Amino acid sequence: MTNPLLRRIGLALAAPVLAAVFALVISALVLELSGSDSIDTFRTIGSNGLKLETFVDTLNRATPLFLAGVAAAIGFRMNLFNIGVEGQYILAGFAAAVVGAELNAYALPGFVHTAAIIGTAMLVGAAWAGLSGLLKVTRGINEVISTIMLNFIATGGIVAALLPKVITDPTAANQGTDEIAERAWLPELNGLLEIVTREIGKGRRLTGVFLIAVIVGVIYHVVVNRTVFGYDLRSSGMNPFAAFAGGVPPKKMVFLAMVLSGLVAGLVGMPEILSENHAYDQGFIQGLGFGGIAIALLGRNSALGMTFAALLFGFLDSSSAVLQVQASASAEIVKIMQATFLLAAVVAYEFVSRIRQRDEVARASVATDVAVDSAAIGGASA
Amino acid sequence: MAPAIELIGITKRFPGVIANDNINLTVEEGEVHAICGENGAGKSTLMKILYGMQPADEGVMKVFGEEVTFGSPNDAIDRGIGMVHQHLMLADQMSVIENVILGSEPTKGGGIIDFDAAKAHLAEVGSAYGLTVDPDDMIDTLEIGERQRVEIIKVLYRGAKVLILDEPTAVLVPQEVEELFNNLRELKADGATIIFIDHKLQEVLEISDSITVIRRGKTIATVKASDVTAGDLAELMVGEELPSPATGDSTVTTDVALEVNGLTVLDDDERAVVDDVSLKVHRGEILGIAGIEGNGQSELINAIVGTWSANSGNVRMAGKDITTASVRDRREAGLGYVPQDRHREGLLLDAPLWENAALGHQTGAPYSKGFWIDRASSRDHTGTIRSEFDVRSPNVDVSARALSGGNQQKLIIGREMTAHPDVLIAAHPTRGIDVGAQADVWNQIRAARAEGLATLLISADLDELIGLSDTIVVMYHGKLVATLDPSEIDPRTLGSYMTGAALSDASATDPGPSELSGDPS
Ligand SMILES: Nc1ncnc2c1ncn2[C@@H]1O[C@H](COP(=O)(O)OP(=O)(O)OP(=O)(O)O)[C@@H](O)[C@H]1O
Ligand SMILES: [Mg+2]
Repeated sequence: MTNPLLRRIGLALAAPVLAAVFALVISALVLELSGSDSIDTFRTIGSNGLKLETFVDTLNRATPLFLAGVAAAIGFRMNLFNIGVEGQYILAGFAAAVVGAELNAYALPGFVHTAAIIGTAMLVGAAWAGLSGLLKVTRGINEVISTIMLNFIATGGIVAALLPKVITDPTAANQGTDEIAERAWLPELNGLLEIVTREIGKGRRLTGVFLIAVIVGVIYHVVVNRTVFGYDLRSSGMNPFAAFAGGVPPKKMVFLAMVLSGLVAGLVGMPEILSENHAYDQGFIQGLGFGGIAIALLGRNSALGMTFAALLFGFLDSSSAVLQVQASASAEIVKIMQATFLLAAVVAYEFVSRIRQRDEVARASVATDVAVDSAAIGGASA
Repeated sequence: MAPAIELIGITKRFPGVIANDNINLTVEEGEVHAICGENGAGKSTLMKILYGMQPADEGVMKVFGEEVTFGSPNDAIDRGIGMVHQHLMLADQMSVIENVILGSEPTKGGGIIDFDAAKAHLAEVGSAYGLTVDPDDMIDTLEIGERQRVEIIKVLYRGAKVLILDEPTAVLVPQEVEELFNNLRELKADGATIIFIDHKLQEVLEISDSITVIRRGKTIATVKASDVTAGDLAELMVGEELPSPATGDSTVTTDVALEVNGLTVLDDDERAVVDDVSLKVHRGEILGIAGIEGNGQSELINAIVGTWSANSGNVRMAGKDITTASVRDRREAGLGYVPQDRHREGLLLDAPLWENAALGHQTGAPYSKGFWIDRASSRDHTGTIRSEFDVRSPNVDVSARALSGGNQQKLIIGREMTAHPDVLIAAHPTRGIDVGAQADVWNQIRAARAEGLATLLISADLDELIGLSDTIVVMYHGKLVATLDPSEIDPRTLGSYMTGAALSDASATDPGPSELSGDPS
């Protein structure tokens, strides 16, 4: 007989590991079919993965993914499908960059300047998401539809229309908002890592937003699982009628969940604004909103799960950059790996939960046989 | 001739319990076979196995002599077995006809659903058995009794020869039960076989030919209905005498705890479903509302609880106007609520028991402190509910879904009663609870009443209504049409008030809808 605790831990790890193996097999197949050497590609990814610089890059990429995941997960907990994280963070990033640049002209302490930028981003994200919430509670418009529309309006409409207006130097290489003054930049966190590692090279800098993401993750976990508000949120997601009869106002919760989701979504673009480009330009990173949905699904809306999911996707993204440089395989293979991983994980979760249930039944039958037998003796004589 | 159904050695285990333990059951063709047993005895589980919803761990099933294994309900339907569940399973946002054909849609070719053919067939089935439904009604506009009729028709529509009905009468008033039984007799005359689960032993004796009693997952006995009395059955089930509700001495005070004045609620078509209703419930009083489902009772309690807003009139609790207060404010002010549909309004099926116990009371002790959920004390308190109200479950961490229907109901009663409300809105409080536990619930309500609880009781069980209430008012077409003294009325007469039959004679003494007081006269 195996140790039950070991078996339980094994089962907890089984789903992600199974999914990973499956994703690797599929990717290998695709690589071979497309004429690349799969062993060679995996070796490149693997040896690259051991580098400290890759680790920093992974954290940098995981940070916004995680934030987007939390934003999506807040909606998921309420059965709200906020597809609009994408539009929310892009609009928020743009607004924050504009405000940040405007504030260059004023003599502000650095942290006030930074706080103003972050605050703007969060508020704009919240407002944009809140709009969908409002449409849902007042007009009954499905949030999937409204957030998709608002994505278009945000990216294709507002940002596309306003960006040219804020470009001051039409000859600059990167067409975007003015660079934000250095005092507002978030400090890099290399020093923090270097306490336990060697010096980080290649000009890699760990974004200060990483720390914000950690804080957001902790707050998310605590609020959802330990507070009355979190209970209200989860119960409305599970059964809105019962929650309402239990005193949870459904409309208010829908609105609040959307606003909070948008609040976090606003932070997704902050690494670009506060650590990398210090401006919003045409190269502003896109697609993180959809990445966030994948992270929330993979991490099953739990803070810890989403942390692992974001790290994994961040690492794969980072590998994709390396593959591009080495040209040993198409960088798109990473997208295929991410997608198969996501699909495989969903299947594996189901599989493992079945095994777990069977285990429990087996344990239960040992425990209850005695009790039921004695009850039956009494019953048979009746 | 081979029996219609033969179950041999069926065993089914769930985490922490053996729901069915080597069960044997033989149902002859053309009979009505009742299955009785305590809450959690394993009745629903056995039926779900027979209907292919859950696989048995062990055992053999034979249908008309042929051994079968079912992978899904579709396999069971193919063999002519149909089931109406204890908790109705209709898609709320669809029409009656869509629900009826769901999963077996007739097509015109090209994959287009042939609604005309479906409706024609539905009408045929309906008139054959005297069951009427409007195929175009949306499910969420139907009363629970009507929904059940849809479920039965749905099963008949698929040509079921063996009909499983899991506690069909729990949601019905006596007249509807009578109607259902007539339908069943007709079905039986046409050669159908019926398996029937019910906690009301009189009903069991009335409709069934044979009765199988299950206790803690094991078959105890199969008897002929003509050979036993309700007392014998109760003893087989729980080893106890049949309890009956009786209020005992009046504890009614003169303090008004709940007051409703001229309350009117309109439905979507601007029709008054609650029409100028006024009532008072005093501390220490149980006011019973009698009425057939669909006469405005659910809208009335929704307006009192606050999940539905009133169009005019007001609601007061302890003198304070709460007409526009939020549900949460009302509940924090001491309003307890046992909803009529436990799955819809009472439970978070996938959450653990302790989170279900907190529902409706999550803003205060023992479930939370300030902003924080107090897990330790929530679980502790849920443990208390579990033992005090005999909620049979392995622990407080299993999901509410894992409880049998009656045990879910006991959990809801427990969470409301242990919160010590000032006013309790109780809709069918013992719905689905077995005869033994029913007496416990009645005692709990009576004890709270003696301590000043004001209860507004709605029940389809007229014995319960008459036995518990200090005063009974009759609700008919949205109005309160009569005030009755429970000590002077029997279920028959009460029934005739509810259908409106007695109203023509009663109108002479009718005090009028404007000032119906709960005062015992
Ligand atoms: N899905 C499930 N998971 C775990 N346990 C379950 C599940 N379904 C039923 N059980 C357990 O199996 C036992 C039998 O339940 P079942 O629903 O068959 O009882 P029942 O006889 O229908 O009771 P009731 O009269 O209350 O409806 C109960 O102890 C219940 O807790
Ligand atoms: Mg049952």
